[in-house]
Amino acid sequence: MAKSIELDVNGKRHPVNYPADTPLLSVLRDELGLTGSKYGCGEGQCGACTVLIGGAPRRSCTIPVSAAVGKLIITIEGLDKDGGLHPVQQAFLDAGAFQCAYCTSGMIMSSVGLLEGNAKPSDTEIVQSLQGNICRCGTHPRVLDAVRRAARMMQERRP
Amino acid sequence: MNERTQAFQVEPERYEFRAGPIHHFDLARRDFFKLLGAGIAVFAVAKDSVAIQETAPGPRSFHNEELPKEITSWLHVGEDGIVTGFTGKAEIGQNIRTSLAQTIADELHVPFENVRMVTADTALTPFDAGTFGSRTTPTMTPQFRRVASAARDLLIGVAAKEWNVAPEGLVAAGAKVSDPASGRSLRYDDLARGKTLAQNLPAEDPVTPPVEWTIAGKALPKVDGRSFVTGKHQYTPDLRPAGLLYGKILRPPSFGATLSSYDDSATKAIPGVFVVRDGDFVGVAAPSEHQAQSALNSIHAQWKEVPQISNKELFAYLKEKASANSDDRRRSQKGSVEDGLAKAAHRLDATYTVAFIAHAPLEPRAAVAKWVDGELTVWTGTQRPFANRDELAAQFHIPENSVRVIVPDTGSAYGGKHTSDAALEAARLSRAAGRPVKVVWTREEEFTWAYFRPAGVIEIKSGIGADGTLTAWEFHNYNSGSSGIETPYVVSNQHIEFHSVPQILRSGSYRGLAATANHFARETHMDALARTAQMDSLDLRLKNLADPRIRAVLEAAARSFGWPRKKSQEGQGFGLAVGSEKGSYVATCAEVAVDRASGAVRVVRLFEAFECGAIVNPDGLHNQVVGAMIQGLGGALFEAVEFENGRIKNPRFASYRVPRFRDVPEIEAILIDRRDIPSAGAGETPIMTVAPAIGNAIFDATGVRLNNLPLVPNGLQRA
Repeated sequence: MAKSIELDVNGKRHPVNYPADTPLLSVLRDELGLTGSKYGCGEGQCGACTVLIGGAPRRSCTIPVSAAVGKLIITIEGLDKDGGLHPVQQAFLDAGAFQCAYCTSGMIMSSVGLLEGNAKPSDTEIVQSLQGNICRCGTHPRVLDAVRRAARMMQERRP
Repeated sequence: MNERTQAFQVEPERYEFRAGPIHHFDLARRDFFKLLGAGIAVFAVAKDSVAIQETAPGPRSFHNEELPKEITSWLHVGEDGIVTGFTGKAEIGQNIRTSLAQTIADELHVPFENVRMVTADTALTPFDAGTFGSRTTPTMTPQFRRVASAARDLLIGVAAKEWNVAPEGLVAAGAKVSDPASGRSLRYDDLARGKTLAQNLPAEDPVTPPVEWTIAGKALPKVDGRSFVTGKHQYTPDLRPAGLLYGKILRPPSFGATLSSYDDSATKAIPGVFVVRDGDFVGVAAPSEHQAQSALNSIHAQWKEVPQISNKELFAYLKEKASANSDDRRRSQKGSVEDGLAKAAHRLDATYTVAFIAHAPLEPRAAVAKWVDGELTVWTGTQRPFANRDELAAQFHIPENSVRVIVPDTGSAYGGKHTSDAALEAARLSRAAGRPVKVVWTREEEFTWAYFRPAGVIEIKSGIGADGTLTAWEFHNYNSGSSGIETPYVVSNQHIEFHSVPQILRSGSYRGLAATANHFARETHMDALARTAQMDSLDLRLKNLADPRIRAVLEAAARSFGWPRKKSQEGQGFGLAVGSEKGSYVATCAEVAVDRASGAVRVVRLFEAFECGAIVNPDGLHNQVVGAMIQGLGGALFEAVEFENGRIKNPRFASYRVPRFRDVPEIEAILIDRRDIPSAGAGETPIMTVAPAIGNAIFDATGVRLNNLPLVPNGLQRA
């Protein structure tokens, strides 16, 4: 029987009642209603389910919920502050970097993870950090453009 | 249109699923205004041959009375000034929600922000055969223009009546009707207030020509962009109606397997779990996905498997099983290939093959079904909501108007979401459970139980004169399809034939259909002919192309790319390819870098020129063209479905390779805007010439001619 555990998601604590080996993604989507993180493959290959755990981009479809206990989890729903978009979200919007947009949450979360740790990534570093995110619509060049824009925006905002 | 072209059009693309049975429009106009509030509405009815393709064929009757002509789209101007366009087409990432709204705003002279689109909802939108064949822009754009133009005339008429003046002198612009003589004006919302005016589209009503477009033709961003970057947009898998159960389906171990023994007693004992067996369909529904999976695992089933062919023997099988007496409609012939070959200075025979590939849309096939008092509502990401509705009605033996199919804007399709599989599964489970059920296919189910772009074998026999003029062209396509099968090159002796083969793997539509296979074979062959005749590949093509539009894209791509280029390093190669299909034109130039020691092939640059008449939204078009190039790169280099004994061997993203960031070359899309030509669709054609351009570049780099798609799934093998 599942024992009750607590998750820290987007700055709020949520008691959840799931077997320990349930993928974090299922709990976020089905229990907490945070459907911005997507199921794309269930094998950690497509990146559509990417969330930040302790600041680092992680594939929530392959992480058991028990492994996320006690860590700060940020999903796409937790990025915008006071109605204002995160610079990475704004950059994706400005660059028109999505078509069907099913991959977009994951792309944004991977990019946020990158830029939080590396304010001025090279193109090679951007490609490297997004290599695990699949876009089937082929919007890759605009996604790269969006990450470059976001990096510039975030630098300008830093004191 | 010449006779030959018609010959191929009589038989629709074999793998393009066709419209279902007869339909009728059953939302009375009274109900329409009840639903939307008062205002002004214009209905488009299918009366020309173009529009009729989107609707059901033939006359229809209802209680032995003839119904009005088929309605294919409509537009409503509300009391709040909001303009709503209704179409049965679906938004699947191709950005029609934006481009159609632009068209309406442009023609009706209202701000873009005032226009809403209601799409792909069988209860709210007119019948539509489906979102495929690059048909939304060429059919819906002119229809909405005419509908908007008629609505503008209606509004002018209302104002003229109000002011008791002749309508001829009034002007509709800026969301209002003005009378220049008196200086009076009335806003559209004021004119619509309290009215329930509806009319059918007049036969003749001039629309704004592309050269005068103001809102159409602009690079407007995708509508609802903010809901996508915040994760708020709800795709089908994101829906969670109250009381929702999660459905899982028991899949056979191999294609064609049937249940031989079955025991669900353990499953039935689990509280809260519903299990359904209906023929060979077995599924469960449970309060959580985890419980549904556990329930599925508790079923004991044995299957009787049947022998299936494997991809090792695929191409021999296709040739062997091809119908001996192929139907005349699938053949076109002109002159004598024999005579043409006799006259040729150079002859070339070659065989090409194309593997099965998967669409792999990132949003898997999914559906949420809900029954209320015998009425079924299904939310599902499909390209054919009305066909889904009909299949659901037929399967559950209920009238069509007891089924509503709603398509939330969908996480892509690429031709892969024509069928109603997930909808049927969710509806079957929901009926048994008496609660809403959601079925979301796993990635493995996607790669296994969806359908594939058909594999094929193509044989070409050709001849050219000493000056490079084509003298003979014989082209046989086995199984992959007839889209793009006709050659755009002028050749007086030709024989082109499509040979159908009984289905091996479940096959269906795919972005560009067989046009990619046919262009790959033809354009690879043209390159090889140029080499044989020691001519430049561009020169040979231009020598044999007459259509100015296809010449223009070829020249534009070559110019931007800098053709012919001199090699500056070992392993470098350049290739090009050109084609035309579905009323648009495309040419691609590729540069590759091949490391002969390791066999690694890298596409360094891809330049593509594309022309589809007047461009409705250059930003959306750019996304579609670049997207098609990158998707095409996967099928060109490495994508292939591997199968053996009725099982897919690579049903995961870890084993079925799709293009990723590192695979993406420097890309340039050259969009040619022809404001003098009606807009054609653009979702498919830009994919066609990527593979041959890359293959020809690999030959240029290495002297190795690759005639099979994918070209280098494991790198370039040593000769």
